[in-house]
Amino acid sequence: MKVTYYPGCSLEGTAVDYAASIAGIAPLLDVELVELFDWNCCGASSAHSLNHRLALELPARNLALAEKAGRRDVVAPCALCFNRLKTAEKALLAPEAAEFGVPFQGQIRIWDLLDFFTQAAYLETLASKVVTPLKNLQAISYYGCLVARPPAVTGKTDFENPQNLERLLKVLGATPLDWSFKTDCCGAGLAVARPDLIDTLAQRLYERALQAGAECFVVSCQMCQANLDLSQERISRKFGKDYYLPVFYFTELMGLALGHPQAPHWLSKHLVDPLPLLKGKGIID
Amino acid sequence: METTLTQPLKPLVSLAERVTKADLAVTSCFQCRKCSGGCPLTFGMDLLPHQVIRLTLLGQEERVLGSRTIWACSGCQTCTTRCPNGVDIAGTMDWLKEEAVKQGFDSSEKRAEIFHRYFLESIAAGGGRLSETKLLRRYTFFKLRRKFDLADIKQDLRLGWNLWKRGRVRLCSPAPLRGKAQITEIFRKAQF
Repeated sequence: MKVTYYPGCSLEGTAVDYAASIAGIAPLLDVELVELFDWNCCGASSAHSLNHRLALELPARNLALAEKAGRRDVVAPCALCFNRLKTAEKALLAPEAAEFGVPFQGQIRIWDLLDFFTQAAYLETLASKVVTPLKNLQAISYYGCLVARPPAVTGKTDFENPQNLERLLKVLGATPLDWSFKTDCCGAGLAVARPDLIDTLAQRLYERALQAGAECFVVSCQMCQANLDLSQERISRKFGKDYYLPVFYFTELMGLALGHPQAPHWLSKHLVDPLPLLKGKGIID
Repeated sequence: METTLTQPLKPLVSLAERVTKADLAVTSCFQCRKCSGGCPLTFGMDLLPHQVIRLTLLGQEERVLGSRTIWACSGCQTCTTRCPNGVDIAGTMDWLKEEAVKQGFDSSEKRAEIFHRYFLESIAAGGGRLSETKLLRRYTFFKLRRKFDLADIKQDLRLGWNLWKRGRVRLCSPAPLRGKAQITEIFRKAQF
């Protein structure tokens, strides 16, 4: 099945591990990701903070391109990109859309990558292809904010308590844990300008995850991954703790369970090294 | 957070009108405080979200545009999602940020504003996509010029080095798009 793929800027930079794991697992599910030709940055938090017009026009150009490309399904691996594309879609289908002058009929379906890969049919295929079950891996699902909120934009119904990461983890043989903070904010785009805020938000998440018995986080957003992974050493030092909570992309765990030969390579790009945890569980030799 | 007034408030009636025109129905707020209850960032704020909404409605422009709150908001949309009256609180925060910059409010939280501006300028200058490396380099120079805490900059360099070692720093910038002219036009129309 061919789908249009909108990677977003981070996946060409700091989130190359996420990008590589997505490219690695898609063929295992018979999905061909066709990168959207000439896509541009969605503007992210910066556009909606400083210029509401840019915040709609930048993603709107991508929507017009995606519709022209002719494939119905458009997948976005980044929560922020997904959110901005959905916001622009809503604006372009509103009665006042003419002011944008962007040709768009609404003939595409924009997916958050996690939702796409956790459709029932893919979960069935995955179940039949697992070669290394992630046995005893106590994993906590962390969805973050923007794939689900606000529901008026994302169209989600389970925005307070999503379950698809947990369903996926079960299929992969891991032990999904329950907690109340799965959609709390990690600070997202404030990471660079306000690390002081990230420190408090992320430290709260570490503590709450540990209370729930977690050994690792599983995420579907590269901002969440960055804030929980890249800041862990700094936050440990600041709070006088010794946090060790590897932060996996769900696609990396899919690759591990399905025995993708490149999976250890993707993981080698994390700052919090997950290998000791995985070796301890016998998931990696 | 109780506030004692030392002088009579002078309301700027047009503020609430302008916000409402932007489809942000602050007039629908009945101060249930659900937004403030669920906000994960209140520890970094000087006004709570429900106070921002009320003060906006009361035309207290300087209080809200000069507040730290609008720049501490991460836009996580928890407030907007949970508001029983459909007030787009996160959207209002964005509107106030944009307005504060337009009016030249010297925010005590200049960092976030500068970062966002550099981010957008990087997209425009790069022809459509963001170069994270260029953005972070420029922002680090800004911090150096403003003589930020040296420990903070050392921290950044350490992180940069760790990312570099793991192949997560891309040195070459993304190539300008075929539709570079369209991007320029989008920025021009948005008057950025």
